[in-house]
Amino acid sequence: MAEATTAPMLTGEPAPAPAATRPRLETDKLSAMYGKFTAVKNVTLGFAPNRVHALIGPSGCGKSTFLRTLNRMHEMSEGGWITGRVLLDGEDVYASRVSAMQLRKRVGMVFQRPTPFPTMTIFGNVAAGMRASGRVKPAELKEKVERALEQAGLWNEVKDRLHQSAMALSGGQQQRLCIARTIAPTPEVVLLDEPTSSLDPQGTQRIEELLYQLKRDFTIVIVTHNMQQAARVSDTTSFFYMGTLVETGATRQIFTAPREEKTEAYITGRFG
Amino acid sequence: MTTAVSAPRAAAAPTGGAFSLEHASRGDRVFKALLTLAAAAIPILLGFLVYELWTGSALARHTFGLTFVTTSEWDPVADRFGALPLIFGTLLSSFLALLIAVPLSLGVAIYLTEFAPRGLRQPIANLIGLLAAIPSVVYGLWGIFVLIPFLRATVFPALKGVFGFLPFFEGPIYGPSMLSASIILAIMIMPYVMSVSREVLLAVPGSQREAALALGATRWEAVVTAVVPYARTGIMGAIILGLGRALGETMAVTMLIGNRHEIAASLFAPGYTMAAAIANEFAEAATPMHFSALTYVAFTLFVVTVLVNAGARLLIWRVARGSGAGSSAL
Amino acid sequence: MNRRIFRRLKSNVMTGVLMACVLAAVLPLLFILGTLLVKGAGSLSLDFFTKMPVPAGESGGGVAHAIVGTLLMVGTACLIGIPVGIGAGVFASEYPGNRLAILSRFVADVLNGTPSIVIGVFAWTWVVARQKHFSGFAGSVALAILMVPMVMRTTEEIIKLVPHSLREAALALGYQRWRTTLQIVLLTALPGILTGALLAVARIAGETAPLLFTALGSQYMGTNLNQPMAALPLTVYTYATGPYEEWHRYAWAAALVLILLVFVLSMGARFATRRMARLGG
Repeated sequence: MAEATTAPMLTGEPAPAPAATRPRLETDKLSAMYGKFTAVKNVTLGFAPNRVHALIGPSGCGKSTFLRTLNRMHEMSEGGWITGRVLLDGEDVYASRVSAMQLRKRVGMVFQRPTPFPTMTIFGNVAAGMRASGRVKPAELKEKVERALEQAGLWNEVKDRLHQSAMALSGGQQQRLCIARTIAPTPEVVLLDEPTSSLDPQGTQRIEELLYQLKRDFTIVIVTHNMQQAARVSDTTSFFYMGTLVETGATRQIFTAPREEKTEAYITGRFG
Repeated sequence: MTTAVSAPRAAAAPTGGAFSLEHASRGDRVFKALLTLAAAAIPILLGFLVYELWTGSALARHTFGLTFVTTSEWDPVADRFGALPLIFGTLLSSFLALLIAVPLSLGVAIYLTEFAPRGLRQPIANLIGLLAAIPSVVYGLWGIFVLIPFLRATVFPALKGVFGFLPFFEGPIYGPSMLSASIILAIMIMPYVMSVSREVLLAVPGSQREAALALGATRWEAVVTAVVPYARTGIMGAIILGLGRALGETMAVTMLIGNRHEIAASLFAPGYTMAAAIANEFAEAATPMHFSALTYVAFTLFVVTVLVNAGARLLIWRVARGSGAGSSAL
Repeated sequence: MNRRIFRRLKSNVMTGVLMACVLAAVLPLLFILGTLLVKGAGSLSLDFFTKMPVPAGESGGGVAHAIVGTLLMVGTACLIGIPVGIGAGVFASEYPGNRLAILSRFVADVLNGTPSIVIGVFAWTWVVARQKHFSGFAGSVALAILMVPMVMRTTEEIIKLVPHSLREAALALGYQRWRTTLQIVLLTALPGILTGALLAVARIAGETAPLLFTALGSQYMGTNLNQPMAALPLTVYTYATGPYEEWHRYAWAAALVLILLVFVLSMGARFATRRMARLGG
């Protein structure tokens, strides 16, 4: 399945249409509520494997809530519940026999603020997800941690201080550490909720470059309030407004020739 | 988006179609059960406490009823008990202690929040906090051998000389007395009243003081007219908290008050408090009625302290809610 | 006199009055500590810590029995009180809206404000009256009852400081709920929890009233919790109120030891709090 992995914008050509493969992760008429308030309305959306999918929209449009239904974090919120389905490789993740915990090992999440575990070393942080699943041989663990740190672009900076506290790292480094921690147990999907909004421009750029590499191994869904970021890093973009999915499509198309009026209004900055 | 960590109940969903949610694994269930046990232990403990005090005092309650708090005769030999002196002593000693401690504590609190140089504020507060760490029995020891001799030699005769015409300062000066106990009580409750007042004063928005200063007030005037009145409910609470502590103080009081079941007008005369009586007599009580009477006293003390503390916390919470003022041990 | 100058003067005078208040507040502290040192240090010797009391009126001997008693009873109280207190505190902070949590919190505050002598009476009716004899165990129970609500409240307050994002990150990694609480939340909050526990230990180590008719006190060395037991604060009380000059001297020394114990524990607790400042998030 060799697909061109260059950024849609660089080659000047429309992004190749995703092969007619089954989407890795998809939702079917998904609505997400907090108590009586409906934050996400009836969204049916699919995420093709090994692509970066961006979710954009103004504040409060429900994109973060939607993201959190994908790994069943939404129900951890006060009064959070859903109707509809979320399918991972065709399997309903909300089925009663599915453990949310197991799901989260296949669908990982990186949050807006870096949250390294303060009582663990750098090594311990990256290993945390794997240790939680049960016994892993120390040699194997070491290998996986190294691989994850390499993939997150952090290996060179921390290889000599793996056993120091994670709190000594800078903000950008901490976020890359969180990414390493999330990808170390090799999930299938990685969700990122505004991962660069608390970072400086250098930190932001490094992570955007990362996403490029990462999509080789993972399916990536990223929520961002920064349109330019979405345009830079993603293959497909979905525009949310007031809880509904207004439009979705190849990033290039969304940003140059949006079909819906609202999309165009948002893209051109008529409202934020 | 608020994110509480509690797993929401499916029943909270207002309409149908809610999916079954977070399944607690077995580890989760065991863990929660253990924690629930620990949490439940506390109300259960209180329940037992109330039950034991209630049943333990039953004999005395049924025999004496309300005369227990209205009569003064305390005769373990004849098994007749009236606790009026105890109640009187408790109230008087606490009241006197407050009279001495509150102005001092407030003064310190105001100084620390408004006037003290920044670097000195925390160290002084810590120093005064040390007063709260001193065990009651050590206060008693110091009271017996240092404070009382000092008072007996200097302050008491002076008071008697100047105010001897008042009934409060009449009569012989022994040493152990209502006034001695009240003074040591004042020293003991001062750190509590001071620290809560300070937290309450700190919770007053700076704009209050600034507004007064902008109107041309001196620093002192700004404090007295703008800051303190704003915090007065909380300060009230701090005072009542101090009262709550004074009511229950045992060791230092019993070592300084003279332990006499008597109501006297003179502050130089010995007296008694509820806590002191229990401390003194419980170990050697011989008859079931004596035990029951003392338990009755304990029960009364318990109820009074709970009510006073609840009142205090209500007042403090009103002014400094969320700041944790007064909520935990110093 | 110019009104403004008068007001200024008054402000300065009042500031002076306030400073005098501070002095009046700090003076007793210095006085007490000073007296303890002066009167107590003289009697401190190796014998004091290692020997048993001698017949009344004679000199020599020590308070070894009381030190052992205090250590035993406080230790036993910790074994019961700290786990229950921490468990209740974790429960209240993990399930804050839960009705049991609200009740527990409220009752803990009530118990915290209850005079320790009342707790002593309770322990007496619960343990001593039933067993028909005084015991160090009853004393431990009384101390444990004092400890639990203290530890619960401090634990709860500390855990509330752990940022939610930390929990979320762990859950998103597939951590189970119990493991998140134990490994992530508790471990991060541990310094603060230990501080709270140490402060509680310092408080109960100095308590006399609840021991008066539970452990009762003793002149003999004992490690049997099932019998009356000596304790440092009890010894201070007995010696201070006794008739012998010797006893009064020992009371000062014992009080000095007691205060040192309490202060060391409290300082240790505050030291641990400063390390809490490294709590990231």
